[in-house]
Amino acid sequence: MFEKVLKKREFTLFVLLVFLIVIISLRSPRFLNIANFRDILDDTALLAMVAMGQFMVILIAGIDLSVGAEVALAGMSVALLHQYHPEIPIFAIVLLSILIGFSLGSFNGILVSLLGIPPIIVTLGTMGIYRGFVFVVSGGTWVSAHEMSDAFKNLPRGGFLGVSNLLFAAILCVIIFGIFLKYTRAGREIYGVGGNEIASQYVGINLKKIKYLPFMLTGSICGLVGLLWVARYASAQSDTALGFNLQTIAACVVGGVSIFGGSGTTLGVLLGVLLLGVINNALTQINISPFWQMGLQGLIILVAVIINTIMERRTQELIIRRRNL
Amino acid sequence: MKSTKKMPIWHILMQWEVILFFMLVVVIVVNSSLSPYFLDLNNILRTTFNFTEKAIIVLPMMFIIICADIDISVAGIIALSSCFMGLASQHLGAGTPALIFIGLLTGLSVGILNGLIITKIGIPAIAVTLAGLFLFRGIAYVILGDMAVTTYPESFAYLGQGCIGNTRIPFQLVLFIILAIIFGIVLHKTTYGRKLFAIGNNSTAARFSGINVDRIRFFNFALIGLLSGLASVLLTSRIGSTRPNIASGWELEIITIVVLGGVYIFGGTGSILGVVISILMVGLMRFGMGLINVPGLVMNIAMGFLLIIAILLPGSLRELQSKILTKQQQQ
Repeated sequence: MFEKVLKKREFTLFVLLVFLIVIISLRSPRFLNIANFRDILDDTALLAMVAMGQFMVILIAGIDLSVGAEVALAGMSVALLHQYHPEIPIFAIVLLSILIGFSLGSFNGILVSLLGIPPIIVTLGTMGIYRGFVFVVSGGTWVSAHEMSDAFKNLPRGGFLGVSNLLFAAILCVIIFGIFLKYTRAGREIYGVGGNEIASQYVGINLKKIKYLPFMLTGSICGLVGLLWVARYASAQSDTALGFNLQTIAACVVGGVSIFGGSGTTLGVLLGVLLLGVINNALTQINISPFWQMGLQGLIILVAVIINTIMERRTQELIIRRRNL
Repeated sequence: MKSTKKMPIWHILMQWEVILFFMLVVVIVVNSSLSPYFLDLNNILRTTFNFTEKAIIVLPMMFIIICADIDISVAGIIALSSCFMGLASQHLGAGTPALIFIGLLTGLSVGILNGLIITKIGIPAIAVTLAGLFLFRGIAYVILGDMAVTTYPESFAYLGQGCIGNTRIPFQLVLFIILAIIFGIVLHKTTYGRKLFAIGNNSTAARFSGINVDRIRFFNFALIGLLSGLASVLLTSRIGSTRPNIASGWELEIITIVVLGGVYIFGGTGSILGVVISILMVGLMRFGMGLINVPGLVMNIAMGFLLIIAILLPGSLRELQSKILTKQQQQ
C-alpha cells in the first residue's frame, strides 16, 4: 500500500513542490509568509480553472490553443458592456460572460466533433479569429480601471472567511469538474474516448457528443475567467492573457496528463498548477528577469512530455511482462 | 478501360488546383477594383518581399504535413537564428558569409533536435514543436531581453532587399522559385516524394514495405529547420534588425497556406502546384488588405477563417468526387 503511494506521480510532484518551496524560501525570506502564499493562490486560481478545461480537452487527445483568446474576448466584451451600461447588475454580467465563453467553445467543439477537423488546426484558426475580434470590438482601445465600477472590480477580490471569491470560484471549479470526470458517465466516457476511440465507439459511446463536450466546457470556463481576469487586473486590452495557452498546457503535462489522451488525474493537474504558480512567483522573488518565463515554460513542457512518455512506455512493458508470467 | 476515356470537363473544373486558380483570379479582380495601385508590376514585385520568407518555409511544411506530421515551432526557430546572427554581428563583427552560415546552422541544429526527440523518443510532433515554439523564442528573449540588434554590415542587406542585376526582380523571389522547382521535382518525380505520400497514407503499411519511416520524418524536420534558418537570414536582412518577437504568429499563416493549397491535413495528398497558387493567393490577399488599411489583428480573423474553410472545402470535394466515382462504377 505505502509502496504504491510512493510510486504515484502525484506523490513525486508533491515532494518536488515542497522541495522547491524550501529551496526558494532559503534564498528569499520574503517568500515564506502567509500574504505571499495568498498571492500565489490568487494568481494561480485563474490558471487552475482554465487548466481543468484544458485537462478535459487533452484527455480526448486534443489540444486547445484558443483559451487565451477566449479569455481575452469574453473579458473585453463584458468590460465594454459594463463601461457603457453600468446599470446592468453584476450577476447578469457573470452569466453573460459564461454564455459568451460557451458560444466560443461550442464553435470549436462543433468544428472538431461534427466536421472532424483536428483540434490543433481548429484552435490555431480560432485563436487568430477570437484574438482579432478582441481588436474589432474594442477598436484597439483599452478599458482601464477608472472606467469600471467598484462593484465590478471587487468581484474577484471580495470574499468571506478570508477566502477571496476568485479562490472560491477556482476551488468550486476544480471540485465540480473533478467529480464530473471521476464519477459521472460522461466524464468516464471522456477517458474512454481518449484511451481508445474505436473501441469506445463499439461500446456505444456517442463520439460526437463526447468530442464536443470538453471544448464547450473549456469555453464556458474561459468566459468566466475572462470576467474575473479583467476585473482582477482592472484592465482589458487586446493582448490580455497572451501566452496563457502555454501555461495551461504546461500545468496539465507537468501534472502527468498524457498528451496521447486517456490518462491523467485532477489531483495531478492541481499540483501541476501549483508548481507553475510557485515557480512564476519565485522568479520575481529571487530577481530573475521575467524574460526567462517563456523559455522556462517551453522547457518544462518538453521535459514533462518526455518523462511522461518514457514512464508510460515502462508501464506498458510491465503489463506485458506480467501477462507472460 | 475507363481510364482511357477523356476526362469530363466538370471533372477537371472540380480539381482543387483549378478552383484555387479561380479564387486567385477573384482576389486579383477584387483587389484591383478596390485600389488603383494594386495592378502594377513593380508594386507586385515589391510586395513579394513581404511573403517570400514565409513561402520558403511553406515548401518543407508541405513535406511534413504530407507525412501527417506538423511543425509549429518554425517562428521560434526564426527568432533563435536571428538572435544568434545578431550576437555574432554585435560582439564578433561577423561578416555576411559568417552570418549566413550561423543562421543556417542554428536552424539546422534546432531542426535536428526536434527530429531526434520526435522520432527517437516517439513523442507526437505537436507536443514537441509546441514546446519548441516557446523554448526557442524564450531563449531569444533571455538573450536579448527588450533590446534590438541593428549592427548588421551593409552587404548583408542585399539578401533580403536586393534585386537581380539592374532588373526589379528581388533576389529572394528568384531563390524561392529555384527552391519551389527543386521541391516540386523531389515531391513528384523522385522515390523520396513517393515515400512521403506512402507514409502519409498509411505509415504502418509504409514501414512493412521497407520504407525507413523514422529516417524520412527526421530528415523532414531537419530540412524545415534549415529552411527556417534561411528564412531567418532573409527576414533579418530585409528588416535589418533582430528583436525577440520577430516573425511571431507566422506558424498560423504558413500552415494555412499549406492546407489551402490542397495538402490533406491527415497526410497523404498534395501537389506543388496547389501550394504555389495558394502562396500567391494568400500573399496578394494580405497585400490587398494592407492597401486598404486593414490592421494586422483583423487580417488574422481572415486567416483563421481561411484555415478552417481550406480544410473543409477540399475534404467535402473529395467526398463528392468519390461518391460520383462509385456511382459511375456501379453503372
